[in-house]
Amino acid sequence: MIEQKQKVFVAKLQELPMRIGREVIVDENKIAVFRLSDDRVRAIGGVCPHSHGPLAEGIVSGDYVYCPLRDYKVSLIDGKVQEPDDGSVATYEVVIEDDSVYILL
Amino acid sequence: MKERLLLIGNGMAGVRTIEEILERDSSKYEITIIGEEKYTNYNRIMLSNVLQNKMTVDEIITNPMQWYEENNIKLVNHDPAVAMDTERKEVTTESGLKLAYDKCIIATGSRAFILPIEGSQLEGVIGFRTIDDTLLMLEQAKKYKRAAVIGGGLLGLEAAKGLVDQGMEVTVIHLEKWLMETQLNEPAGNLLKKDLEKQGIQFLMEKKTTRIIGTTRVEGLEFSDGTTLEADVVIMSVGIRPVTQLAKDAGLTVERGIVVNDFMETSAADVYAVGECAQHNNMVYGLVAPLYEQGKVLADLLTDRPVEGYKGSTVSTSLKVSGCDLFSAGIIRESDEVKSIEAFNGLANSYKKLFIKDNHIVGIVLYGDVSEENRYHKMLRDKKDISELNPVTLLASAEDGGVSDSVVNWDDADTVCGCNGVTKGTIVGAIQTQGLTSVAEVSRCTKAGNSCGKCKGDIGELLAHVLGDKVAQAPTGICGCTDLTRDEIVLQIHEKGLMTSKEVFKELQFRNEEGCSKCRPAINFYLNVAFPKEHEDEKESRFVNERMHGNIQKSGQFSVIPRMRGGQTTPQQLLKIAQVAEKYNVPLVKVTGSQRIGLYGVNKEDLPDIWEELDMTSASAYAKAVRSVKTCVGAAFCRFGTQDSMGLGIKLEERFEYIDTPHKFKMGVSACPRSCAESGVKDFGVIGVENGFQIYIGGNGGTEVKEAQLLTTVETEQEVIDICGAMLQYYRKTGEYAERTAPWIERLGFDHVKAILLDPAQRQALNAELDEAVAGKRKDPWTEVRNNENNEKELYTVGRV
Repeated sequence: MIEQKQKVFVAKLQELPMRIGREVIVDENKIAVFRLSDDRVRAIGGVCPHSHGPLAEGIVSGDYVYCPLRDYKVSLIDGKVQEPDDGSVATYEVVIEDDSVYILL
Repeated sequence: MKERLLLIGNGMAGVRTIEEILERDSSKYEITIIGEEKYTNYNRIMLSNVLQNKMTVDEIITNPMQWYEENNIKLVNHDPAVAMDTERKEVTTESGLKLAYDKCIIATGSRAFILPIEGSQLEGVIGFRTIDDTLLMLEQAKKYKRAAVIGGGLLGLEAAKGLVDQGMEVTVIHLEKWLMETQLNEPAGNLLKKDLEKQGIQFLMEKKTTRIIGTTRVEGLEFSDGTTLEADVVIMSVGIRPVTQLAKDAGLTVERGIVVNDFMETSAADVYAVGECAQHNNMVYGLVAPLYEQGKVLADLLTDRPVEGYKGSTVSTSLKVSGCDLFSAGIIRESDEVKSIEAFNGLANSYKKLFIKDNHIVGIVLYGDVSEENRYHKMLRDKKDISELNPVTLLASAEDGGVSDSVVNWDDADTVCGCNGVTKGTIVGAIQTQGLTSVAEVSRCTKAGNSCGKCKGDIGELLAHVLGDKVAQAPTGICGCTDLTRDEIVLQIHEKGLMTSKEVFKELQFRNEEGCSKCRPAINFYLNVAFPKEHEDEKESRFVNERMHGNIQKSGQFSVIPRMRGGQTTPQQLLKIAQVAEKYNVPLVKVTGSQRIGLYGVNKEDLPDIWEELDMTSASAYAKAVRSVKTCVGAAFCRFGTQDSMGLGIKLEERFEYIDTPHKFKMGVSACPRSCAESGVKDFGVIGVENGFQIYIGGNGGTEVKEAQLLTTVETEQEVIDICGAMLQYYRKTGEYAERTAPWIERLGFDHVKAILLDPAQRQALNAELDEAVAGKRKDPWTEVRNNENNEKELYTVGRV
């Protein structure tokens, strides 16, 4: 059985500033979307598991984002909070079609 | 029994020789040192820094009493040697003490040359040579107003600047057509004169002093053209003369100095001479580097090591006056054999000229921009063949495509610290064997970087190079991405002309290509300060508060705190704030700690609309920047008030708002010592008094409470504003990112900061620099977002599905 995923439009690629997050709320579920320096786009759960900081507002470096509240370092690839802390956030598939960025839920 | 080694002269050259001997063999000799002055060995080069308030006498002592004790050295101090018998091998001091020796080193140095003219013995005529001379000058500067400095050489100019810093009116009298004529050529000499004039020194050029006027105390000078100059103090700095009388009386061969061979041996058996009193191959040196080279040769000889002998030195000079960077080395006169190439940059007021003979650089003059000094100096020392390089490449900076020459590629024998004669090999060895991880530690262990400090960047590079991956444990770096300190990074940003964070991370080999949450905002700040015009602020490197222009809260929402300069508001503003708070259901309205009104718990996407409806500007309550100024009501309403504190607070805020600083910069203005605006715990606090304003700096009411220190008292509001501007710019230039002013002042030293801020010339220069750096940048960020000037509205977009 093929699971039908929901495709949610985020923005045109050019509208996303590099290394500055964009928050998308789908059914009260917060998702943080990032356009990296090499134009890859990543989407992860938007709330840090520790102090519930909005990850979309964090500083982005390489494949990581730093939570703006307590500086937890979260991977944009697998959603894992980096050592010495632990925990993780969800990750979402991203597709780019005709310069439009979508996340699949 | 140990051999007895006697050193006559407790100065830099002699003591350095002893240090070199102890390093090689600490048990060979029983050492005695005879000194004329009452101090232990000190760094004479730094006397001008004492005069310029940059250092204290204690700070220039290089070998405290403890050092003599620890090394079992007998010190016969404040008791000069007066006679020497080379047959009996015995020296007599002024107090009649007789000291026998097996080996004797003469290092009596030199004295200031006093012109043999009428009046030179008058009270108020001072040579600039010793700590006592310096203390006398400081004391006289308090009592008298006008100083004349005879001689526009290195020492004379440093003395002149020092006396200007002490508040005197200073005129320098120079015999030649341009200043420092032995080290500089005419164009560089003229640039120097212009810069020094800007710092308040006056000049009389091509004037020969024939008489010092006065009966008991000096009253003025008379010149060969019949003109005169009034003066209360005269500094003689026309040159130095080697002190050789003792050697001469003992029958040693003495010409201009005590004649020595390549092994520093005098004409008498077992008697050696080093330093300024020695004459080697017809040269008498008056600078420090050659003395150290001589000391090493002699130490090798006296500890029975293979020794090649001293071959003479190429001397180089730099001047220790802020704002006048110059460097000179080698032969700097053209002749049939010596040709030159030069470059003059009228915009930057900088000048460089290289003297070339047989395809080798033999002389260097740099003025204004001395960043290439090491590169050229090394080419000169190494006698590098430059026939491959065309003149343009040679004059171009290394970064512009010329030959880059990092200290890492130097030979071990190359000198890194010219002041203390420390080679690259010594530094690298110390880093390796003693496990050093910071520039400060290297300085402590090797003395490199301890004097003028110019080589600290090179030391940093060596540290980075030697430690390589091991530096992971070194706690020196600004974050986990690098082991470089703030100073090292900023230095390299300037030296390598790194214009973006990306370049910094790449060139300085940060472990993370894009840095981390610690270094990203820091580097962005350093670049903004280093290249205010060229560097485009990197929004993605700003912490969320500064990117969104509001304080992020626990809830992920933001606060809105509008500007109310000096804490003053109006009924209209209050109405608007009330309306907005109601309309947007703002959960909390509160009066803030610095006399503003804050709206807390605002959704991100509402921010631009709220700012629009308030139609007020941002108080920067979230930024590492100049914050709002807290004031008391002041003279207009308060019965104790002496000054218009609100008015001055508003002026300060208007003048400096929206300027970024390493950390937040808080101010307070109170109108009387009751200090209702809490001026005593502000970064910059003002307290009005009857005759003006007391200025306090470096206070902090935060995590670590620090009382501000009284900087000075001034008469006018304008002076308060000027000192504030100078402090801001100096803090921006030297502060570590996220370092408050209290630790900053502690790190630099209160006296140092004070000297800078109270020096009229430096104050003016810093204000000019600040104005230039922030021109066109002090804009209200809320207005910019409202007008969507940089497409910033996108940052406040939240997608909702």
